[in-house]
Amino acid sequence: MSAQGSKFDFDIAVVGSGPAGLAAAALAASKGASVVLLDEQAEPGGQIYRAVTETPVRDRKVLGPDYWHGAELLGPLRDSGATHWPGTTVWSVARPREDAADGSRPIQIGLSRNGAASMLTVRHVILATGALERPFPIPGWTLPGVLGAGAAQVLLKTSGLVPSGATVMAGSGPLLWLLAWQYLQAGARIDAILDTTPRENWRAALPLLPGFLRSPYLGKGMKLMLDVRRKLTVIGNVTSLRAESGLAGGKGGEGVLKSVVYTRNGTEHRLPADTLLLHHGVIPNLNLANATGCAQRWDEQQRCWRPTTDEWGATSVEGVSLAGDGAGIGGARAAEEAGRLTALDALYRLGRIGREQRDQSAAPFRAALDRALTGRAFLDTLYTPAEAFRVPADDTIVCRCEEVTAGAVREAVRLGCSGPNQAKSFLRCGMGPCQGRLCGPTVTEVIAAERNVSPAEVGYYRLRPPVKPITLAELAALPKTDADIDAVFKH
Amino acid sequence: MFRRLPEIETASSTVAFTIDGRPASARAGDSVAAALLANGVTVCRNTPVSGAARGPYCMMGVCFDCLVTIDGTGNRQGCQVRVAPGMAVETQNGKREVER
Amino acid sequence: MTATASPKPDVIVIGGGLHGCSAALHLSMRGVRVLVLEKDHVARHASGVNAGGVRQLGRHVAEVPLSVASMALWHGIRDLVDDDCGFESHGQIKVAETEAELETVRARVAVLNALGFTHEEVIGQDELRSLVPAIADHCVGALVSRGDGAAIPFRTTFAFRRKAIALGARFQEGGAVTRLARNGGLWTVETADGAKYEAPVVVNAAGAWADRIAAQVGEPVPLEVIAPMLMITARVAPFIKPVVGATGRTLSFKQFPNGTVLIGGGLLGRAVRDENRTELDFSQVSVNARTVWDLFPCMRGATIVRSWAGIEARMPDQIPVIGPSGTEPDLYHSFGFSAHGFQLGPIVGRITADLITAGSTDLPIDPFRIGRFAA
Repeated sequence: MSAQGSKFDFDIAVVGSGPAGLAAAALAASKGASVVLLDEQAEPGGQIYRAVTETPVRDRKVLGPDYWHGAELLGPLRDSGATHWPGTTVWSVARPREDAADGSRPIQIGLSRNGAASMLTVRHVILATGALERPFPIPGWTLPGVLGAGAAQVLLKTSGLVPSGATVMAGSGPLLWLLAWQYLQAGARIDAILDTTPRENWRAALPLLPGFLRSPYLGKGMKLMLDVRRKLTVIGNVTSLRAESGLAGGKGGEGVLKSVVYTRNGTEHRLPADTLLLHHGVIPNLNLANATGCAQRWDEQQRCWRPTTDEWGATSVEGVSLAGDGAGIGGARAAEEAGRLTALDALYRLGRIGREQRDQSAAPFRAALDRALTGRAFLDTLYTPAEAFRVPADDTIVCRCEEVTAGAVREAVRLGCSGPNQAKSFLRCGMGPCQGRLCGPTVTEVIAAERNVSPAEVGYYRLRPPVKPITLAELAALPKTDADIDAVFKH
Repeated sequence: MFRRLPEIETASSTVAFTIDGRPASARAGDSVAAALLANGVTVCRNTPVSGAARGPYCMMGVCFDCLVTIDGTGNRQGCQVRVAPGMAVETQNGKREVER
Repeated sequence: MTATASPKPDVIVIGGGLHGCSAALHLSMRGVRVLVLEKDHVARHASGVNAGGVRQLGRHVAEVPLSVASMALWHGIRDLVDDDCGFESHGQIKVAETEAELETVRARVAVLNALGFTHEEVIGQDELRSLVPAIADHCVGALVSRGDGAAIPFRTTFAFRRKAIALGARFQEGGAVTRLARNGGLWTVETADGAKYEAPVVVNAAGAWADRIAAQVGEPVPLEVIAPMLMITARVAPFIKPVVGATGRTLSFKQFPNGTVLIGGGLLGRAVRDENRTELDFSQVSVNARTVWDLFPCMRGATIVRSWAGIEARMPDQIPVIGPSGTEPDLYHSFGFSAHGFQLGPIVGRITADLITAGSTDLPIDPFRIGRFAA
């Protein structure tokens, strides 16, 4: 690595090895920057290409060609000379602090690797933290047997596991259809798909249809959706959902999922279920960006918070940029191109390439990005979850960690809590180990609805490092200077 | 409930480990959470708040519902740790004791 | 624009932290019309995110009379604000790791006893073990204040606000005070959103921003903006009741009833007060973690789920500014609590109300006068 011998461990750290991170790291390193690619998983690929190097599902038609595209990103990474540290959890990225001695602006990254914490010093950070499934708070969503469809897809990719017993899928969005299609290819059992796409979304999305008709994914998406509709029981216009356990109330005992209750055209129906797979879209995984202090904004179309970035992925924090779904949902192919653009800009900022070279090199990637994003507005609008599934009824748990209900959040609003941070201090929602990843969007929307204002006005949690829990022993073992230790004893 | 696709069942190398002291087997490469599901164990823990049962939910390290005790160390994310030969996995009940 | 919808307040309190809310409550209890101006929202900074220690133990001698009087209010906190504020009293303990440290705390108790205060006692190794079974073997004894405890900061500040509102106080959140001027016996207070408010009396309880208010009336103070850091663990089974500190190094360690363990002690991150922002310094967090590693071996495998820092004001002599302005009549200060003001909240609000409604207080506040910083 070229930065050796200086106070910098690497020029660029890329966090996350999904499509954006893989492409960014490969491009930056191929232009001579010293790059480290940090990722929590044991193998590269992120969630979309999870286990692409080692999946036991060798029948390529099961996971489909879009999945196998991920393997093509690995060669360039290997050839680029980037350092890849899998199994590495990044728990903190600090804002750059100007070094008075030489005017450089080092960024410190806190990470855990092989059970030990350490700090890494770099010049630039590219966050490629990807997406996570939008929380789907329905009564009973905490019961064992209820999983995200994305989670079920991870089980398929990494372990070749498919549901057995009575299986219901519910929600809306491309991933739901893709998973159902993959299950069909694999011969897995699905008893029913409960489609919660609101009927009125079609009307709202229709004006955006021309854009979608030019999308390169139109054909593929339609084909698999039609396949699924032909071969499986799809129940549309579902307006409410409830997961029920065998035990009364589903609390206190070994209550696990036994049935799914849904409402269609005003009538309740019950399906027996051993497994319920929920999905209504994905949202940016913004915890690390938020904790780093990157400004974020409410995206009304995607109904989620997204860190603000410029056309090169630069955030409001100098030296920190963001690529891929973590900056707003665009899908895997868009993420890949955004990763390349972000890498070019990082190289430019580090003085490795000139502005002209950056702009010229960027042209094909930007064109590809635009192509990949064609039709996104149609999908966003069509698959906007119904309010009933974003703003649940009082007795529904919104914060899984601390078991805080929507009703408790509303009560806190009535007592004067005007935003998620006050609700958090008041109720502990968002204070558990998941750090608001599974409740933040819901808490924002519940408060906004209760106050009858926009989510933008209500705001979001202020997140703090460590963004992933670390042990006290790891923290205690971090390198300390003598001055640090003296400071303690003079108190 | 989850099952292994037949093509994999026959081809894979198996790993022997224990769940709450009972012998179990998984496929090399499985996460602990996947290994539990493959063995019919859907409940990982009971929450320290209400005691309600929880199982794996996100499988990508964000929900912290698959927390289990692995080789004596508590609160580990089952979906983020690979199962290893001889590993002792214990489901968790409520607040775990300190000193574990 | 001028706020005309409601009757003109008698007192404007600048700052919606615990001290501002407490002043508002005590004034409202006496029928005074109060308007609290808060630049963000109530309990946004130090008052909402501090460690929650309700501690007489180890205080500066000047603060001891106030602290003892405040403790009496804490033990009846429900009567005061209709909420128990999560207050629990299981004592606070400062462990001595060496014989020399034990000597230091013995000397302190002698000083306090000579002044007539008996709330602090020295205990030996055996009693320390029975109070804190998890303490490391090398600890030889401790200083203890048995009536001390801890409460939940945000809930406490909110409870004071709620009770004050119930008694007629008004709160205006979201506009920082930009200008303060006195004309013809009336203060005019302007906020960033363009609003103007008037009242005969003003209380400066603006915390880490209080020096800016003081500067407007020609009273510059050497206020330092600090960001004490805290961290918290995932829930573990209950294993400790008292709040534990150390004599030779900085620590505040306590377990909440819900099982989470809060670790702090005043190690500092960086505060950026103009952006309402703090940054953590993990080399310092690590020092804090190391202290816990040493004193509570059972905690070594505990998981830290979050860390944070609040923005606070610290004075050079580590004690607050309380009392009338030295330059203007009808202005009262209450700030600079130097990272240990939470316990004093209930009493200092009462002192401020005493000063405003009766012109005096029966507690000794001379050490806290703002004039002590004048050259």
